[in-house]
Amino acid sequence: MNALWGLLRKETYHILRDRRTLAVLIFMPIVQVILFGFSIRTDVRDVRLAIVDPSPDAATLAIRDRFNASGVFRTVAVAARSADLDALFQMDTVQVAVEFEPDFGRRLASGQPARILVTSDATEPNSGTARQFYVDAVIQGYEAGLPRGPGAVRIVPQARSRFNPTRESTNLFVPGLMAMVLMIIAALMTALSITREKETGTMETLLVSPLRPWQIIVGKVAPYLGIGFVSVLAVLGVARMVFNVPMRGSLTLLLAEGTLFILVALALGILVSARTSSQRVAMLGALMGTMLPTQMLSGFIFPIESMPTALQWVTYVVPARWFVAIARGIMLKGIGITYLWRETAVLVAMTLLLLVASAKSFKVRLQ
Amino acid sequence: MSPAPSGEAIRAHDLTRTFGEFMAVDHITFDVKPGEVFGFLGANGAGKTTAIRMLTGLLAPSGGEASVAGHDVATESEAIKQDIGYMSQRFSLYDDLTVRENIRLYGGIYDLTPSELRDRTRRILDRLGLARAERTLVRAIPLGWKQKLALSVALLHEPKVVFLDEPTSGVDPVTRRQFWELIYEAAHAGTTVLVTTHYMDEAEYCDRISIMVSGRIEAMGAPAELKKQAGVASIDELFVRLARPSAESTRGAA
Repeated sequence: MNALWGLLRKETYHILRDRRTLAVLIFMPIVQVILFGFSIRTDVRDVRLAIVDPSPDAATLAIRDRFNASGVFRTVAVAARSADLDALFQMDTVQVAVEFEPDFGRRLASGQPARILVTSDATEPNSGTARQFYVDAVIQGYEAGLPRGPGAVRIVPQARSRFNPTRESTNLFVPGLMAMVLMIIAALMTALSITREKETGTMETLLVSPLRPWQIIVGKVAPYLGIGFVSVLAVLGVARMVFNVPMRGSLTLLLAEGTLFILVALALGILVSARTSSQRVAMLGALMGTMLPTQMLSGFIFPIESMPTALQWVTYVVPARWFVAIARGIMLKGIGITYLWRETAVLVAMTLLLLVASAKSFKVRLQ
Repeated sequence: MSPAPSGEAIRAHDLTRTFGEFMAVDHITFDVKPGEVFGFLGANGAGKTTAIRMLTGLLAPSGGEASVAGHDVATESEAIKQDIGYMSQRFSLYDDLTVRENIRLYGGIYDLTPSELRDRTRRILDRLGLARAERTLVRAIPLGWKQKLALSVALLHEPKVVFLDEPTSGVDPVTRRQFWELIYEAAHAGTTVLVTTHYMDEAEYCDRISIMVSGRIEAMGAPAELKKQAGVASIDELFVRLARPSAESTRGAA
């Protein structure tokens, strides 16, 4: 135990004395949340609007005026047929199309339901959703100003999304971001710190000593577990304070699942370092093997549902996919372990598998 | 004290290691007596480091047998670890820890009691004249001191056998002299020393030496004896004669 404490203390010194890396580790999560938060922001301003109005009348013109007066929308095209919209959407000329059904004004006046089809470009699902809200608000504003008629609902807006029909909402970038930050800290930094000792030759000295392989491993990775935990707190804190990201479920459960995910990442880092002998190779290995999949295949940026089926299968082996699902479930839906046990079980299984694999390859190196 | 069948500190018999087709260590046989300073000479790539790695348990032998401090390297590698010290070819201290922290780290690894650690730390710092530098990062002290400190740390737990793999490479002659004084002190205290070097003048400091060429031991004995047998004036000359057929860079840095 004495020996293990010594190793832990040593590793902590390594981390604390490498000021620049430490600064990066501490500030990266915060900077990332803020960057992602603002770049995936739901700010809706200057939205390019197309109008399809087959039979212009007082009602449609009034609504069109309201759009232009809202300060949010700018009408860039007025088309007669909805078929014209395709090209406009594809060229990114318009972001939202508002389409009145023929005889809109007359139907409204006669108390029949008058339909408006609102189509929005949901390539960026968040902004897509937000634009829909604004369109609805403008229409409701007009409707509220009408004299009360016999029917309860008269204007019927119908929403449709282009390009990304499932509209996986990324308001939820925080879970994915946590996964990425943890991968960087736990997997990348662990792999680097172990291969550094191989490069400098100190690993040999440790291996010749009576230390057991597991003690060496625990001594190397435990401090990163600590840093990883602090980063989770930092990301959650900033997400909460700056972006008001909700926390509907149990924070304790989320932190426990986060710790589980850190373990997966640490095990991956050990595996990478056991199979490489230079920091450069370890860096590449960790980037390719952990960060890229985390970024691309976890559902963090690109919704899994809109991936090709083959790629969807690949996501099953990406630990971040499961963690992102868990974190979104807890933070946004407020669900508990009864609904998340399956994802949790997958992560537990992955941790065990990776730990066994990495302990094995670590041993091989000593022989 | 040790239950070795022969009472030797190190015994190697037909010890062999192959890497694929390449025979890095080719059936070497030698014994080292307790308290002896045994020099392992050879050109770069002659197999010295591979032999040491087998004796320290870092590498499994492909054939033959060996024991260190009475423990078999193949079957009792864990027991060996407590009894040996090792200073690798590459520097084995942590640059970003202070002198004192490095000593404390290894004290912890080898499970010294706090009072043992305190006494020995004091002794090392005094012996090396590093008392004022104990809170200095190792990165900042001169190479010669680092090497002497690394040796002292390898001896911290008073091992029965210490393996030094090219401990003096890149060190100036004065420091090398001081380094050898430390080696003698350890040997006097009963520690067996196996040291590799390619400085031929250092061979003269050893009780006995072996000269390795292409994985085989080509000559072994006390330096004076070897010179007499071969009729040469210096170990350097003997070495060049033995090594010439197969090695290009025989003269090392000497």
